[in-house]
Amino acid sequence: MHELSITEGILSIVLAQAETNNAKKVTRVNLKIGKMATVVSDCVRFYFELMSKDTIAKGAEVKIEEVPIKGKCFLCKGEFEMDELCLVCPKCQAIGVEVVSGKELFVESIEIE
Amino acid sequence: MEIKVMKDILVNNNLVAEENAKTFKDKGIFVLNLMASPGAGKTSFILKTIEELSNSFKIAVIEGDIASKIDAEKIKERGIPAIQINTGGACHLDASMIKNALDFLDLSQIELLIIENVGNLVCPVEFKLGENLKVVVLSIPEGDDKPLKYPLIFSEANALILNKTDLLSYSDFDIDKLKEVVRGMNREVKIFEASCKDGKGIKDWSDWLKGQIYAFRLEGLKSG
Repeated sequence: MHELSITEGILSIVLAQAETNNAKKVTRVNLKIGKMATVVSDCVRFYFELMSKDTIAKGAEVKIEEVPIKGKCFLCKGEFEMDELCLVCPKCQAIGVEVVSGKELFVESIEIE
Repeated sequence: MEIKVMKDILVNNNLVAEENAKTFKDKGIFVLNLMASPGAGKTSFILKTIEELSNSFKIAVIEGDIASKIDAEKIKERGIPAIQINTGGACHLDASMIKNALDFLDLSQIELLIIENVGNLVCPVEFKLGENLKVVVLSIPEGDDKPLKYPLIFSEANALILNKTDLLSYSDFDIDKLKEVVRGMNREVKIFEASCKDGKGIKDWSDWLKGQIYAFRLEGLKSG
């Protein structure tokens, strides 16, 4: 359900950037979303379509790049990627991971005409 | 034409949260953002904290729920100012909701503001409110697997309250395992075992919170 607020945030950034750059139309929105942020991509696309329908971002393609979860071992400082948060270091087997990426919520770029 | 943006999607919320944090700092108000799933015992825990600390600090509460005034009324019965925010479906509080709620509180009469977020282990953690501490309540009946299922909220918490420990003997909840997992994702978190039923752990928590509030005041004095 946080997708609604997240999409509001996306749209307001997109429209502000489009205005600054005197865009007539936004054709694409490129997002970077970390896997740990548990954002449902389809919901974001659905809400974006609804919310943007009276704006110059209407019909823009929403591309979502999922950022994998990357952890850093507390002990050996080794970095590793994981499908879901795993707390055991695959290198030294110590328990304890600092998440270094995977929480991102970013509008990376927009494409305009 | 591609325009590089690189902006945090929650930038607007974060800006309002910073504004709130500045208001709180200027007024000397220490703020807790209390998060948990529905039924973990957030309101009972707030009531216990009020019992323990209302002689030391002027307390106020903001209650976030999808619907109803039940929680704010429970707090008001104790003579503590409380504002109920009904999100009308939204699954979390955001910084603007808090900013608007502040208009209904006498900020000069508050030293500790406890914000009870909407019962949910997913969304609230993404939305900063301007708080000093994020506190998560996890109750024993929910099970010790929750941190692995909802890692973000447990990895961001400053304090974790394990509530309803009076039910431990009826449950397979493994407290040691839970602590190991939570500390594995969050080294700084302070963990308290508590029960609102028999009062266990409430004093330890309240003493720690007192220390945090005094440290906040000291910092405020230093920064003028």
